[in-house]
Parts: sequence; C-alpha cells; structure tokens
Amino acid sequence: MGNLLEVNDLTIKFRTAKATSTAVRNVSFSLEAGETLCIVGESGSGKSITSLSLMGLLPENGEVSNGSIRLNGEELVGKTEEELRKIRGNEISMIFQEPMTALNPVFTVGYQIQEPLRIHKRMSKQEATVKSVELLKQVGIPNPKEKIHQYPHELSGGMRQRVMIAMALACEPSLLIADEPTTALDVTIQAQILDIMDDLKEEFGMGVVFVTHDMGVVAEIADRVMVMYAGDVIEVNDVQTLFEDPKHPYTKGLLGAVPNVDDETQEMKVIPGSMPSMEDDIPGCRFHPRCPMAMDICKEKKPALIDVGKENAAVRCWLQEVDTNADTTIAASGGFENVLSD
Amino acid sequence: MPTQPLLQVEDLKTYYPIKGGVLKRTKSHVKAVNEVSLEIYEGETLGVVGESGCGKSTLGRTILGLESKSGGSIQFKGNDIGSLTERQLKKYKKDMQMIFQDPFASLNPRQKIGKALEEVFVIHTTMSKKERKQRVLELLSEVGLNKEHYDRYPHEFSGGQRQRIGIARAMALNPSLVVCDEAVSALDVSVQAQIIKLLKELQAKHQLTYVFISHDLGVVRHISDRVLVMYLGTTVELGTTEQIFKNPQHPYTKALLSSIPRPIPGRKRERIKLEGDLPSASNYPTGCPFHTRCPVATEACREAKPEWREVEEGHYVACHLV
Repeated sequence: MGNLLEVNDLTIKFRTAKATSTAVRNVSFSLEAGETLCIVGESGSGKSITSLSLMGLLPENGEVSNGSIRLNGEELVGKTEEELRKIRGNEISMIFQEPMTALNPVFTVGYQIQEPLRIHKRMSKQEATVKSVELLKQVGIPNPKEKIHQYPHELSGGMRQRVMIAMALACEPSLLIADEPTTALDVTIQAQILDIMDDLKEEFGMGVVFVTHDMGVVAEIADRVMVMYAGDVIEVNDVQTLFEDPKHPYTKGLLGAVPNVDDETQEMKVIPGSMPSMEDDIPGCRFHPRCPMAMDICKEKKPALIDVGKENAAVRCWLQEVDTNADTTIAASGGFENVLSD
Repeated sequence: MPTQPLLQVEDLKTYYPIKGGVLKRTKSHVKAVNEVSLEIYEGETLGVVGESGCGKSTLGRTILGLESKSGGSIQFKGNDIGSLTERQLKKYKKDMQMIFQDPFASLNPRQKIGKALEEVFVIHTTMSKKERKQRVLELLSEVGLNKEHYDRYPHEFSGGQRQRIGIARAMALNPSLVVCDEAVSALDVSVQAQIIKLLKELQAKHQLTYVFISHDLGVVRHISDRVLVMYLGTTVELGTTEQIFKNPQHPYTKALLSSIPRPIPGRKRERIKLEGDLPSASNYPTGCPFHTRCPVATEACREAKPEWREVEEGHYVACHLV
C-alpha cells in the first residue's frame, strides 16, 4: 500500500520588500494512514510553514518553489484555489493553536460544524444538525444539543478547541494537520484534548501531522518525529529512538533544555545564541554557529541528510558522515553547558 | 533555608466588582485573590503555580501595589505597605520589581533601548546624564548584551534578548524582591534555558528574592526553593519544592502533576483526569473551591471551606481529606 502523504523535496520561498528568502529547504517526508508524525522545532524553524503548505494555505507572499506534495497519489502543488477548496475540510483538515481566531464569532458553533458537512457531503440541514450533535458528543462536550446554539465567545478555551476538532473531523478526513493545538491550553485541559485526539485517531484511522515545540507532548502522541532547524530537516526517527538515542547535537540540546518535572537533579542544558532568521545567509551547516561540536567542515559545506541504519531514519550532520559510529564520540550531553555551572 | 521573612502577606484579598442593572450597582465580586496568607524569605525563590485564572498573576501584582487590595495586609521588611498612598509607596517600589512575560509590549518602539533603560534612573535617582549612561552600559553587560545594543530599537531584538532587557530594567535599582510573571513562558526552550541561567546567576550575585509565577511546573521545579499552588484565587498547597513534587497532598496538586506530558515515549501514565473546566471566579463554588472537579470530593467538601493547615513542617494544605 502506498503512503497517505508523500512530500518530496519541498522548498518554500517568501518574497519580502528586500529580497526572496527561503523558509523551508528540500523537505521530504511521508506518512501512512493511522500514523502520527510530529514536526518539532522552535519558532523560525519552518515547522508551521511546512504544515500550512500541505493545506495550500501559505501567506500571499509565500510560494512552493520546488517539490511535490502528494495525498493518496494526487499532486497538490499547482492546484487551483477552487480545486484545493474541495480538498480542504474534506480530505485534509487542520486544527490551529488559537481556536478563538479560527472560529467565526458571528456564527453559532453548530452552524460552523455543519458548514463542511453541507458543502462537501451535500447533507440536508436536518442531517447535518444530527451529525454535528453526534460530533460534539464524540469530542466530549456535555449537552451537545444546547451547545450547538452557542457562539464561540460563550465557550471556554478547552471547549473551543473541542469544537475545532469536531469541525475538522466532520467529513472524516484522511489527513489531519494539527498546528500547536494544545499550546494555549492549561495542562489539565491539554491532557483531556490529547486523549480525545488519540481516541479519534484510532477510530477514524487518520494520518496526523502534529506540529509542536513541546517535547513532552511529542513523547506522548508521536509515532515518528521530524526535527527542523532554520528551514532544514535535521533529524528524523521513530519516537523511541529519537528520545533515547538522539544523533544531532541540536536534538540533544533541545532534549536537554527541557526542564524535567520528575528530576530536580537534572542538569538543564543551554544552547547558546538564538535561531537565525530566514534572511540570514549561513554557509555550511545552519546550526554551526550554535553547535559546540562544530568542526571546520561544518562552516564550509552543508551536510546532507544521511540515513542512519534503518528506513525513515536520517540525520543531517557532518559528525555522522565523517564516521558512522560518531554518535559514540559525541558526548551524551551534546557538549552543551549546564544551567547550573557552579 | 533563611528564616527572616522579607515579605509577609496576611489574609490578602483582591476583588473586582461586577456592576449591573440600571444604576450600575455592584452586584457581586470576582474574587481574584481570596484570603491568601504567606511569608516570603530573603534570598529564596517562591514558585507560584496554577492554571490560567487561578489568581497567581493578580497575587504578584497586588504584592507590588499594581493592583489595589480589597482586604488584608502586606508587610515588606517589617513595614505595612498595603495601605500607603502612591507617593509614599514610591520609595518601596525601587526595592520591588517585576519581570513580565513580554517586555516588548512595555517598550516604546520609537525609543532606543539605552534611553528606555535610563528612564529608571531619571525617575528614581539624581544621577547625571553621564553616570546614567555608564550604569546602563554596565547593566547591559550584566544581562549578556553589549555596548552596541544601547543604540538599537526594540524591534531589532529577538525574544530572548528582549527578555534580557526586561531583566536589566528590573535589576537597574538593585531591588531585593523581584516578581517574575511568566518570565520565560513565551521563549523557545533553548532560549528559556539561557534566561533561567541568567536569573540564577543574578540571584546568587545580588542575593535576590524571587516570586516566580509560572504555569510550567518543570521550570518551577528547577528554579524554586518553595512552591505555592493556587486554585481559583485561593492557596491550596504550599511546601518546599521537594515536598510538593515528591509528596503532594492536595488532590489538585496531584492532578496537576500527573497532567504534565513527560518527555519519555512509550510510557502510559496513570493520569488523574480532571473533568470539566475551571469554574469562573465570579461564580464561586461554595465549600472547597475545587470540589466541582475533585475526583475524591465528599459531602463535607461541598459545604465547608477547608482550613489552611500545616501537615508537616513547612508544608501547608487546604483539604478536608488530608
């Protein structure tokens, strides 16, 4: 069976007043039905832009300049707005970080859930109402029959996010894209939403692309993880291996910089400097100015994404290329300084 | 642990009126901070945690006099500062500073950073222009920025650098108490670790006392000596970091700790599920404020508000069942 989603060599450029800059470089990945791929990175890594491009929702000044996005074998790059509209909300749906800005304040939540059903599935008003009540029940909203008559501002943040999920799932899409869906929520509510998403993924058998910066959330829901830095994919692996045996110094630093709630003796790592902006022209590896392991070659030549042992696992680092067993020579800490350096 | 309280808060209340009707009479109150009592010791970091709407930020702002209290007392270095006028408060304000989540929001986009930082000295000191510039340059280097940044505008800085500016501003007058309100929450993890490191270094160097308000329990665990857990305006548990994280007593603290996603894949956690949302502070539940979501609530919890009791040395809990 072919993959649900195939992204090949995707490059996204932005035109600004000064010049054209590249936000995402040669990104390739694939996703099977029922699989959850987490795209992890900090702000400016290109993770959100990648996810928006899958929906054909890039900002006006952005464009896919190279590469292909195939959903069930069908090419999405180059489709007209009209053609894309038939796919959005139907075969691909998206959940955003801030449901208040994604929901329309002047329509009831019921109306907004029914809209995709009526447009894509050509349901009658009655059918759509029945279905929307059912959907709200599925995402754990109490009294769904009354709730469909309410407006977004009448609901709490957690409830609004549930409505968003119900809307996204209305047409039973084969691909769900979630861009930081729980970042704005409190932890107790986040736990509820993650549980719902997990249950629904099983039920509908969707493929999920989940964009987040929270390593805790990644560990909880991902099957595979793709780490991005400044527009490049720097490491891909299954979630278990990525957490237990990260290869790229940046992945190591990122994992080490997350404060662990269960361990007060943990030595938090500090990655010096900050993420370059997409206009910055950095020769060689884009991480080398912040990398404690940087060698001469890192400053001159960009490393390729090379496979590490098995399928769907790769890393973009000269330390790997120079010596495939190099990970044993990189300190487990990734060479970063500790927060408590006294 | 140091024993001298720097700040003592007793029975503190911050209420906001809800007005309604034709005559705009006060119908009821939003109890943002409700009967909070605590002591903050010199040189310690007190972490304050809770979900949005629990009153943790209002507590911090009330302590600094940025919100007016509705009842109770605030003692700073033995002086009752809660009832002072704005003018009388000015000399204490030097000693108590705040670091905000987004310092960009409080910076004038058309004013150079150096000038913005100098303003502090214009208001609170009699330094000459030259002295002010000298001091600002010192501050910049202390927070990890350099001379060139003096002449830059706010938009030229990254998130982490802006937070460094916010810290420089707070440190300018050598305060003894600094309230950090979600100071690292908006930052990326790699930058967050840098700022935590800076805050720790400054604390060691200047014997600072921090009130560290955050919703991120991981960060709180790493920076705090003691932790206060709040829910719906009231304090539910207070203890040393060890007591709160290793031996939590209140059902809310337990649920909060169990909800945090851990960065360990493949481990199915025993999560204590909390049903529903935080009730609104204007519609305050009777009895224990947590009983509407508490998995172990009994009849007594619905009727009477639990007392704030010491269950072991320095460990306070407000729960009928503990």
